Amino acid sequence: MSFQAILFYLFAAILVFAALRVVTTRNPVHAALWLVLAFFTAAAHWLMLRAEFLAIALVLVYVGAVMVLFLFVVMMLDVNFDSLRAQFRNYVPVAAAVGVLVLVEMALVLLGSYLKPGIAAAPPPAAGGNTRALGLLLYTDYVYAFELAAVVLLVAIVAAIALTHRRRRETRYQDPGEQVKVRAGDRLRVLRMPSEKRDG
Amino acid sequence: MALFEAPALSHYLVLGAILFAIAMAGIFLNRKNVIILLMAIELMLLAVNMNFIAFSSFMDDMAGQVFVFFILTVAAAESAIGLAILVLLFRNVGSINVEDIDRLKG
Repeated sequence: MSFQAILFYLFAAILVFAALRVVTTRNPVHAALWLVLAFFTAAAHWLMLRAEFLAIALVLVYVGAVMVLFLFVVMMLDVNFDSLRAQFRNYVPVAAAVGVLVLVEMALVLLGSYLKPGIAAAPPPAAGGNTRALGLLLYTDYVYAFELAAVVLLVAIVAAIALTHRRRRETRYQDPGEQVKVRAGDRLRVLRMPSEKRDG
Repeated sequence: MALFEAPALSHYLVLGAILFAIAMAGIFLNRKNVIILLMAIELMLLAVNMNFIAFSSFMDDMAGQVFVFFILTVAAAESAIGLAILVLLFRNVGSINVEDIDRLKG
């Protein structure tokens, strides 16, 4: 049993267990944390597949940003999560049936084509590293798709802010337009009055 | 025995299939809780990405990893907007139970 195989089975076991806990745990905060573990072990798998850039991106983008967003939302919403799990046990047979069905379908596809030994040959490592190869491809062949991805992210930022933004009435706001348009006459009144002598 | 040698393409494909099946079962298990549903969708995307990267690595074709890059981008946008909608939903309906979201039924 090679060292790679040991690592693969270790990470695969952790990944499957974490995924199971994500969908079965009672507390959504725990589910989010199990999902973080699943992403970490998936990143380890990707490292073993020599996809270093994407492994790091998965940890940075998913664990660093998306899962923190999930945790924020879970903790911000004041939801009675126990009521959402009221008939949890009733759904177990259906869920198990669907899961096994999906697994069997995929196993039939895989057994028919990909479990032959021919594909098992490991590729030679890419010269110059994975990040360099990905960057070269991304900025030449896929440059338009790359720009489109940037636009998608921009739209997502604008949409997320536009959806959740709300103006509170009781809060005082600055209006920069009004501030720029203001004239001296609006704020300052010059009075003309004759000077007077003090008596005595 | 082939099972215990260095992991082959089929090992990763089977792992991806198991992950996808777990996420699918999770959608049925947590059919009331929108947050866990979103998490199950993230798990599905992870399984798909795992297949992409396994194929890319074993067939020595970088295009698969470019696809994973774009999937990660779109998935980040999707979860950001999805969570924003979830917050808005909770603000308006006061619940994240899927069964309470039936306003279009009339």
